[in-house]
Amino acid sequence: MNLPLKDITETTQQVTHKVWPLTGGVHPEENKHQSTGKPISKAAIPERLILPLSQHAGAPAEPIVAIGDKVLKGQMIAKAVGFVSVPVHAPTSGIVTAIDVHSIPHPSGMSDTCITIETDGKDEWCELKPIENHLSVEPSILVEHVRQSGIAGMGGAGFPTAVKLSPRSAIDTLILNGTECEPYITADDMLMRERADQIVSGASILMHLLKAKQCLIGIEDNKPEAVAAMKQATASNSTMSVAVFPTKYPSGGEKQLIQILTGQEVPSGKLPSDLGIAMQNVGTAAAVHQAVIHGKPLISRVTTLTGDALGDKKNLEVLLGTSVAELLKEANVNDRQLNTLVMGGPMMGFTLDDLTVPVVKTTNCLIAGSIQEFPASMPAQACIRCGMCAEVCPSSLLPQQLYWHAKAENLDQLKHHNLFDCIECGACSFVCPSSIPLVQYYRASKGTIRIQEAKNAKADRSKVRYESRQARLEQDQAEKEAKRKANAKKAAVLKAARESKSDIGSAEVDPVKAAIERAKAKKLAGGTSQPVKAVLSSEQKELKIQLSVANAQSKKIQRALAQVEASGEGDTTKLKSDIAILQAQAEKLQKEFDAAATASPEPSAKPPASADLKKLKVENAMAKAALKKAERALVKAQDENGDTVELQKTVDECRQKLENLTSLPVTGKPVAADRTKPVSDDQLKKLKIENAMAKAALKKAQRALDAADGDKAALETVVAEAGAKADAAAKELADHLA
Amino acid sequence: MEIFLYAIAALLALALVFGAILGFASIRFKVEGNPIVDQVNELLPQTQCGQCGFPGCRPYAEAIANGEPINRCPPGGQTTINALADLLDVEAEPLDAENGIEKPTMIAYIREDDCIGCTKCIQACPVDAILGAAKQMHTVMTDECTGCDLCVEPCPVDCIDMIAIDVTTRTWSWELPSKPSQGNLIATDLRGEEAA
Repeated sequence: MNLPLKDITETTQQVTHKVWPLTGGVHPEENKHQSTGKPISKAAIPERLILPLSQHAGAPAEPIVAIGDKVLKGQMIAKAVGFVSVPVHAPTSGIVTAIDVHSIPHPSGMSDTCITIETDGKDEWCELKPIENHLSVEPSILVEHVRQSGIAGMGGAGFPTAVKLSPRSAIDTLILNGTECEPYITADDMLMRERADQIVSGASILMHLLKAKQCLIGIEDNKPEAVAAMKQATASNSTMSVAVFPTKYPSGGEKQLIQILTGQEVPSGKLPSDLGIAMQNVGTAAAVHQAVIHGKPLISRVTTLTGDALGDKKNLEVLLGTSVAELLKEANVNDRQLNTLVMGGPMMGFTLDDLTVPVVKTTNCLIAGSIQEFPASMPAQACIRCGMCAEVCPSSLLPQQLYWHAKAENLDQLKHHNLFDCIECGACSFVCPSSIPLVQYYRASKGTIRIQEAKNAKADRSKVRYESRQARLEQDQAEKEAKRKANAKKAAVLKAARESKSDIGSAEVDPVKAAIERAKAKKLAGGTSQPVKAVLSSEQKELKIQLSVANAQSKKIQRALAQVEASGEGDTTKLKSDIAILQAQAEKLQKEFDAAATASPEPSAKPPASADLKKLKVENAMAKAALKKAERALVKAQDENGDTVELQKTVDECRQKLENLTSLPVTGKPVAADRTKPVSDDQLKKLKIENAMAKAALKKAQRALDAADGDKAALETVVAEAGAKADAAAKELADHLA
Repeated sequence: MEIFLYAIAALLALALVFGAILGFASIRFKVEGNPIVDQVNELLPQTQCGQCGFPGCRPYAEAIANGEPINRCPPGGQTTINALADLLDVEAEPLDAENGIEKPTMIAYIREDDCIGCTKCIQACPVDAILGAAKQMHTVMTDECTGCDLCVEPCPVDCIDMIAIDVTTRTWSWELPSKPSQGNLIATDLRGEEAA
């Protein structure tokens, strides 16, 4: 009499755990009773296991075995890569026979890399590493253990459990999800009935890991046996309580269950952990128990086998990697009746076309449906805007609006209408009187948006890369240009230095000018320092002229002789004698001239000249320095596009002064030039050079003017000046020649 | 009479105050540059392929802002054209076939055995997605490759292939339901269809 009474009080106490109603939701036919008649039995070990590397959400695992390797039960065969990933373990002992592409359970029906193990039937365990005294072990070590045990969410999404156990914010409440709201599925129900102790043990480990203060176990009221078993298992634990709530699809959604059990709504774009809540499936809790207490990794799971085409509907504990065909055989499938094979529930599952696909960590149910069970869907009709979809939406979305925008592929509007809060439960499609496959529209649109966003992200990255490349190229170009300009300037300076001795009118004022001026001054000074020749006597002059004439004639005749000899005809003897006569005459004249030169007195012209010269030299140097300074200032100003008029004036003044100075000693020249040929020749050469220089300067200035875009006015005056100078030089030369 | 004066004075005061606010705002929140170019550039796919006839996406964005047709971007395809039409409030035209046709996204792949390390493709890549050095083998950073095609032409040994990106279970997504076949629920509808 005591026992039932206790049961009743407990039941009444725990049923009173307050629950909130689910927004929306539907009541599809449950069809759960078919598969709950028999206890969970172990499926036979098949000959071959096919283990996809990606049985979870996140990055696929990486194989760490090679073909031909012998593996033991529970041995890791593929390791996790990255944070959101879990490893894969061998479900039984055997030999790895292939690592290749095999069809996997995926709505796309595509294939992916799988490891195939040929089983040996010995079912030989590897060394197990359970964690003793787990309650005194650091949570981080336990989390890593859970991760290495390959545990991913067993409810259907397959999110790596270890990731969920490393929340960003403190967790207050752990919720165990035993809702199992989808029709047909009874795997969690049977697990709770038979292995409640394991689930509770797992839950206490999870609570320890998360430092959670309480644990709520949410179960729908259509599983009274499971509720009773769980209540019994948690009776001694004051921090755990079982919450029973009315059956309604989709109460088992993460955000939906949180709303039912706590009344809190997880905001759009946030995670339950932001509210201090963590949720795990009851199957996951049992797997954590197995991993921590017994050291067994996740190598099998409870899968419901149901559907009208099966003779033996039941729950099986299946080794991961067992092919679906194998299981159907075990459940006495009637091939003639089998029309649609669904993995998962009828609301959110997907159909399988290939029976060789293996059972994976998320496979909670296989429904072998007959044609009566899953008739072909009615053709979609036009939306009549009845609004039933909006009424049943558990996320309070506007399915109708989403449908229109999805049809129009209006992605912005879809985002605006919170498409990504859609949990794809299928309640809207279920109630739609027009049989519109609404969820497919949303899934497709979600995919398009994801692709679009990935594209945009890539485009942004490409843009940044393109722009930085562009900037880099521009910088390179600018550097090259600057270098080129510097080189050109250097070359111009060198050229000017090479070509000229003096060029005052040059537009391209440069530091070499000073050197030129100096050389010129030196030359002039040298010219005046030879007054000996300038004071030749008339007799000497006469002699010199005669000598020159004789020399010229002799040369002329010699040239004629050479010509005649070359032609090989005519008389050469007369020419030869003429040359001899002329040469003798020249020799005589030379002798006379030399005698006259040595005899002529050297007047005291040199000392005063040198004193004068010194003074002139000093003045010249000073003027040069001033000019140089002014020119430098001018260059700088021109570079900066500053005001150059004033500076130009200064430069011009300096130049004028220098010119006056340099022309002083030259004033004595015309006299000398009249008297002696060498000086005259020198003068002529100098004038010629000056003329050429002036011309070059003019040309250069013209070019600079063409190239310049800055201060044109200043350059133009320079060009005009250079032109004038060139004209003057040319005129001087012409005068001189005349 | 006084009341009119008050009213006028109040309105005048308000006008002055709001005028001052507006004047301040027009200076304070002045938009520099041409925002349209940036907005257009945002919508372009940034492949920098030059198929539009402009040397990159930004130059084309500038050209569009200056009235060039919006249908010259094959990598962007109709999606980009529609987005541009939306932004600029113009008619969305079909893609100009002169500039190329819409192809699935490709990425460049260098057959590394054949590569002689000439660096020509590196210089051609507008997004610096090719890695290598002179006389060393080059390779494409697939994550950064925009599939612009520009590296294929300069390769002297023709060792660059453009390969389509395979859809995996990770990149796969559902397709929109095919258009519902009309008039197969009510027989008369079907007849109407046939008549039409």
